[in-house]
Amino acid sequence: MDVTRNGTRVGGIHQVAFMHIPDGFIDGKTAAVSAALSAAGVGLALRQVRRELPARKAPLLGLSAAFLFAAQMVNFPVAGGTSGHLVGGTLVAALLGPSAAVVVVTTVLIVQCFLFQDGGVTALGANIFNMAILNSVVGYAVYRAVCHWLTGIRGRVTAIAFAAWCATVVSAISCAGQLAWSGTIPWAAAFPAMAAVHLFIGVGEGLISGLVFLAVYRARPDLIVETQAGGGPKRFGELVRQGLLATLGVAVFVAPFACSWPDGLDSVAGKFGIKHTLAAPLWPAPAPDYQVPGMHWAVGATAVAGAIGSLVVFALALLMGRWLVPKSTES
Amino acid sequence: MNVSWDHHHGRPGSPIHRLGAAPKLGFALLLIVATVLMPIEHRAWFAGVAGVLLLTVLLSRLPLLFLARRLLMLSPFVLGVVLVNAWQPAGRANWLALAVKSGLCLLTVILVSNTTPFSQILRVLKSIRVPSLLITTIALMHRYLFVLLDESERMRRARASRTFTQRRPFHWHTLGTVVGQLFIRASERAERIYDAMCARGWK
Repeated sequence: MDVTRNGTRVGGIHQVAFMHIPDGFIDGKTAAVSAALSAAGVGLALRQVRRELPARKAPLLGLSAAFLFAAQMVNFPVAGGTSGHLVGGTLVAALLGPSAAVVVVTTVLIVQCFLFQDGGVTALGANIFNMAILNSVVGYAVYRAVCHWLTGIRGRVTAIAFAAWCATVVSAISCAGQLAWSGTIPWAAAFPAMAAVHLFIGVGEGLISGLVFLAVYRARPDLIVETQAGGGPKRFGELVRQGLLATLGVAVFVAPFACSWPDGLDSVAGKFGIKHTLAAPLWPAPAPDYQVPGMHWAVGATAVAGAIGSLVVFALALLMGRWLVPKSTES
Repeated sequence: MNVSWDHHHGRPGSPIHRLGAAPKLGFALLLIVATVLMPIEHRAWFAGVAGVLLLTVLLSRLPLLFLARRLLMLSPFVLGVVLVNAWQPAGRANWLALAVKSGLCLLTVILVSNTTPFSQILRVLKSIRVPSLLITTIALMHRYLFVLLDESERMRRARASRTFTQRRPFHWHTLGTVVGQLFIRASERAERIYDAMCARGWK
């Protein structure tokens, strides 16, 4: 490795990794549960990939992982010197299929953890669950659902942009749930912060994913699994298995807190001097949630913003599809 | 991450470099798990871990400046959590515990990854029965990671020399095309690699 090589890259290498949880931020139980879920998910994905991937495509997984890492280094300028970059779970899922995407993103996370110390060792399971499994599965499910009723390449670009946004937001919420369950940050602070930031990051992710997908589609449509001759494999069973796993994870990490949302009322009651008798969530939220009453409204407001945001983003994705794919080239 | 691509720092002859990969990884994992699980009241444990790590730093003869820079590169994640915690009324102690724990774990991983060749780490993974497809994928990613980063840098330079400064939407469009092209090149390279593997008798 020579000096100039190091020199040319210094600026672009360290990327903003909002979702790579470091060591110490996740406690024992959360780490164990998420590691078990991730091991199951990656195991399922590996089995699926081994079954369906032709031998001559075997190196493609490793190369896709290297591609994803290199692609994450490409800076997309936003404003005022900041820039965004691709995360890519949904994009890879749309290009190679969901199981391959789980394997590829898992590989990237393992290498980032051991080689570049991005994300902790004990948090590896949580990171794999959020970014490899949940992101790929949610992204792919939304992508297929939207593709189902928006046909043509225009529909696909819309679908992938919207899917990437949804997947980013869902991963962020799961990350917030894990942090809250670990007692690192109370849910009432973690959820609005993570969700709000990723409502915006997700827009960038959707836009980049759509642009990249379109570029690949125009140059080499044969490389995309779904567009290969034969109409593409049936992925229903695969999606159901991984989807169940993802749902289980969300149920463990997020649902206990989501159930306590009505406590917003409770905290107001507390403010007026009425001692609150809260319906305890399945697991007690360990951090002192009730010291900052305003934050409960933040949780509710974020949920509403997310719902409105998804409509806005879908409209944006539709516009983007129209803008990028002129009517004449629509196939 | 932005320091260097050469992750075999220090003198390869140091006692830490010479240690077997399996015991080193096992010990590091134990240390990390124990540190994460340990309640923050047990000050002695954290001091002990810090002592062991400092000793390792000295023995490994890694450049101190390099280590300090790696440690101080706080991820925005850590910053965010710290900010939120500082805002919380009862967050002070929690914040310190987080910083100490994640700092010690980070130093442990930095030390291991800079004193152990990646191929040896892969061998350990293989010996603990990690599925071979995953290991092949990791090995290939590690092998071609730097090749593709170079390719991406060449494409960036070529693009910069051919296009004028663009207005933002078009710039994103161009960058999207560049990344798409990178995927296509990676796929084509994968096919060539498969041919080469077969030519060498891979089954």
